[in-house]
Amino acid sequence: MEFSRALDLEVNETVRRLAAGVRMLGDPRVRDVVAGLGGVALHFVSSIQESAPELAAAIVAQCMKSGLPPAEKLGRDLEIPVCYEAEFALDLEEVSKRTRLGPAEVQRLHASTEYLVLMIGFAPGHAYMGGLDPKLSVPRRANPRAVVPAGSVAIANDQTVVYPYAISGGWSVIGRTPLRVFDARRAEPSLFGNGDRVRFRAIGKQEFVRIAANA
Amino acid sequence: MTIRVLRPGLLTTVQDAGRHGLQHLGLCPGGAMDEVALTLANALVGNDAGEAALEITVIGPELQFERDTLVAVCGAEFQGSFPHNRPVLVPAGSRYSVGRAVRGARAYLAVAGGFALEAVLGSRSTYLPGGFGGLEGRALKHGDVLELGEGVSEVSKQRFSSLKAKAGHTVRWSAPPLTLADREPVLIHVIEGQHYEAFDAASQRAFVDAVWRVSPDSNRMGFRLQGPQLSRVKEGSGSDEILSGPAALGSVQVPSSGVPIALMADHQTTGGYPRIAEVVSADVPRLAQLAPGGKVHFARCNLDTAAELRRHMQDRLETALRGIAWSYGR
Repeated sequence: MEFSRALDLEVNETVRRLAAGVRMLGDPRVRDVVAGLGGVALHFVSSIQESAPELAAAIVAQCMKSGLPPAEKLGRDLEIPVCYEAEFALDLEEVSKRTRLGPAEVQRLHASTEYLVLMIGFAPGHAYMGGLDPKLSVPRRANPRAVVPAGSVAIANDQTVVYPYAISGGWSVIGRTPLRVFDARRAEPSLFGNGDRVRFRAIGKQEFVRIAANA
Repeated sequence: MTIRVLRPGLLTTVQDAGRHGLQHLGLCPGGAMDEVALTLANALVGNDAGEAALEITVIGPELQFERDTLVAVCGAEFQGSFPHNRPVLVPAGSRYSVGRAVRGARAYLAVAGGFALEAVLGSRSTYLPGGFGGLEGRALKHGDVLELGEGVSEVSKQRFSSLKAKAGHTVRWSAPPLTLADREPVLIHVIEGQHYEAFDAASQRAFVDAVWRVSPDSNRMGFRLQGPQLSRVKEGSGSDEILSGPAALGSVQVPSSGVPIALMADHQTTGGYPRIAEVVSADVPRLAQLAPGGKVHFARCNLDTAAELRRHMQDRLETALRGIAWSYGR
């Protein structure tokens, strides 16, 4: 179900509330509910007898009738430690050049706003967060990196992400968190959830090493 | 109580029916690429449908069984003398060498009672990109030892005896291979994708007219399809990205290179590339049986036909399962 083809924060909020509402219904025919930036997918079990679009419409209608969960209840407040030191900030120099801001100012701006998780997707625990200071807006890199180290904090356009695994990626890396973004053996495997309000806290190398050892 | 891996084969992983209900965290369901073959293999050894089995890919492994073990192999046909699609009581100490796939690409080796592996997030499926599930989150390698369920040889012999086999170590009947095509190109049904209209008329036609080849750089995440280059209607914006949205098993997405990718079991949960088509669920296991170089042809259908194809596949599977249950005296 698509509600918008361009990023609209109001639609995005409704999408996240709807996805949470459908999951809360716990209908056994629904195996998975995925919220995109502007739409929701319901993945049904293969044994459904109904037509999928009709069933989806009925479930959404039921959800709307009982009221969607309020937006502020969807997420948690998270503080994520990030080390912005050169060793981890692979693209800081380039971002600094493009934005005409000093490296220290890039870090300060990145760590001074609150972000909102607009979507989880692409890889396990991979959160797309909106709220990046417009002064930090840079396009995606022309040549994506084959491997971005796990925990890398990166920016592109008006969003920021934290890479959960060492995967390929085209965003500009400006730091790294020592936390494990996705851990299948944790009770809550994903660090981030949809609707989380996220702040980044700058840490030094020593603290990074200390936290990483316990993560 | 073990199976010893003497040779791992090209890509042999533990897979079950998948890890469902976690896509909102970005985790794909994964599991067997051909779930129909997995279900049949499990039924043939008396297991529940979703028990974990070995998914064998294109070049098979060599395994040594250290106990009497009731085994069934379903899905692709591989070289070697091991009888496919039927329960086989493998005597302790015997070696089983699987050669190359001769028809199809993936086979499932199920053992009575399943493998003694811990479930991670509710599943024993190996998720290679995340490095968890199955055996240490990776493909089998030389020297691995797979622990089987407790009392596997008793369970195996007891189940085998209930089959009243008259042909030594196996039976005289076999289950039908439900997902192997008789010839290539394999006909795969698709419905229009969410962004079908975004492609130009020539590309829309080419998608169904062309015979596509599964590219060698295909994997459990997706099959890259070699054929004509697909392009989108030129728009003013010049951007070839769409708003990231949910993707599904069988989604055919087209990055700016114009090379379509059919998303398979370990697919990403969301994507930012336009989707020209969605493979109907009944045909996903059939597509999964194509090896690199395999040829595929797409036919468009509507949702009603997709549902009918799904029911038809389920009917055929249920008929086969009833036959197997009857042989077990159930």
